[in-house]
Amino acid sequence: MIESRDLHLFYGKKEALKGINLTINKGEITALIGPSGCGKSTFLRTLNRMNDLIPNVTITGNVLYNNENIYNPQTDIVELRKKIGMVFQQPNPFPFSVYENVVYGLKLEGKRPKEELDEIVETSLKDAAVWDDVKDKLDKSALALSGGQQQRVCIARVLAVKPEVILLDEPTSALDPVSSGKIENMLFELKHQYTMIIVTHNMQQASRISDRTAFFLDGKLIEFDKTKKIFLNPSEKKTEEYISGKFG
Amino acid sequence: MEDIQRRLLQKSKKARLEQIGKTVSFICILFIVVVVAAIFYFVMSKGLATFVKDGVNFFDFLFGTEWSPGTVGADGKPLTGALPMIVGSFLVTLLSAIVATPFAIGAAVFMTEISPKIGKKILQPVIELLVGIPSVVYGFVGLTVVVPVVRRTFGGSGFGILAGTFVLFVMILPTVTSMTVDALTAVPRHYREASLALGATRWQTTYKVVLRAAIPGILTAVVFGMARAFGEALAIQMVIGNAAIMPASLITPASTLTSILTMGIGNTIMGTLENNVLWSLAMLLLLMSLFFNILIRIIGKKGEFKS
Ligand SMILES: Nc1ncnc2c1ncn2[C@@H]1O[C@H](COP(=O)(O)OP(=O)(O)OP(=O)(O)O)[C@@H](O)[C@H]1O
Ligand SMILES: [Mg+2]
Repeated sequence: MIESRDLHLFYGKKEALKGINLTINKGEITALIGPSGCGKSTFLRTLNRMNDLIPNVTITGNVLYNNENIYNPQTDIVELRKKIGMVFQQPNPFPFSVYENVVYGLKLEGKRPKEELDEIVETSLKDAAVWDDVKDKLDKSALALSGGQQQRVCIARVLAVKPEVILLDEPTSALDPVSSGKIENMLFELKHQYTMIIVTHNMQQASRISDRTAFFLDGKLIEFDKTKKIFLNPSEKKTEEYISGKFG
Repeated sequence: MEDIQRRLLQKSKKARLEQIGKTVSFICILFIVVVVAAIFYFVMSKGLATFVKDGVNFFDFLFGTEWSPGTVGADGKPLTGALPMIVGSFLVTLLSAIVATPFAIGAAVFMTEISPKIGKKILQPVIELLVGIPSVVYGFVGLTVVVPVVRRTFGGSGFGILAGTFVLFVMILPTVTSMTVDALTAVPRHYREASLALGATRWQTTYKVVLRAAIPGILTAVVFGMARAFGEALAIQMVIGNAAIMPASLITPASTLTSILTMGIGNTIMGTLENNVLWSLAMLLLLMSLFFNILIRIIGKKGEFKS
């Protein structure tokens, strides 16, 4: 469904991605692991072209999404980002009400009847496992929620626009274990509806929820395989060392 | 032994220095507080003397429309109606703020969202320059350019609220713009990222998220501009015509609290009613600037960004 081919990315002169070839399958959760600074976030952000926002970034190679190169000049980036949603490391709800946060993406496309919006808000918040927490506070500021609740509202905000793919950059690293667990379970539940790519530093999390795992090191993709294989019987020595905590 | 003694001595020197520093800064602060309190006391006591000593009715002062403190009206009371100036001041202030706000927002959006490079390199220095120009220059340009243009297009003398509004608009625009720029740049980057990642265009992101999140900051900028416009004396005095009558239209001579104050204060004798009633105008100005300050504080508190 998503395929990167010989993808290189430079921040100025510094090469942060050194030729990544990776294929992501539809309906799976793919985990990206690797030590800090190895380029996981950078890779994730090439997939919805968020790196375009950073000055002095050069990208070579292709990223195919449904067999179309998203770095083709004709690509409609706005459409692309509606199809490929993103959840950030820090919960970043808008300083608006919970309701307005969730409908934000929908309203970009024009007006819709209130009943329809209400319904989407409810299902999105339910899917994001935060409905019970916020159903009485829909018109309160999202900033008044706890970090974990904020992050789930941010996920609901992405779900509301019905993307095909969801990119998650360490979505639970800023949260306590209970909130992290809730989000993990929720992602696992949503697996059948969305293709997900998740960056994580938490090995247990990667092994629990992902189908495939990609191990990055220093801008290169070292190994990419079934999660079970990576964790139980990796073929690369570096992978084994990283997973067993020898470095990272 | 001596070494230790010396070191101990040195320490105490530092400690003494700190003590001196503290005392000096405390004295400075005390001085400022005393000066501010003295100004308040002075203006208030002078300003209130009109009502206490000279027996002018406060409401006659606030709502009276005839201003000629030297002469008495039909009812035998001096003519101390300040309404024409109050109306004049509020009109030029509100009008100039209303005109300046969209321009300031437009310029600030350009500088932060559309072309930060040009904004930083060209517009920023220009704005800083404009802020620094003394008001008499603005007044002079108003007198030689704006007033004749108004005269030619709308007739009349050219002096009046319209010319005053225009001059004040130009004067407060740089301040309001640069404060609006600050308000927009203070909007955290992650709001923009979140919006773009949801498939918003740049423009949608700007007006649906950035401008909206910056509303308190923009309001602060506008109120700040209004405070400046309200208190401006020199430039406005040069173009408004200084007729202490209720403004009949935007192009007939009018006056503001400040313009009447600067015109009259040198020509009256201390302690007389004519002089005291000018102090009452000053008191109004002081109270208004206090009000603007409090307003800015309140808005600023509401608009702080967490994290
Ligand atoms: N905006 C940027 N400008 C310049 N260099 C950058 C930028 N963002 C990241 N880098 C560099 O690119 C490399 C990869 O960064 P990236 O953020 O992708 O790492 P990461 O694997 O996500 O690390 P972490 O686990 O700490 O989030 C790092 O060496 C980093 O210093
Ligand atoms: Mg990262």
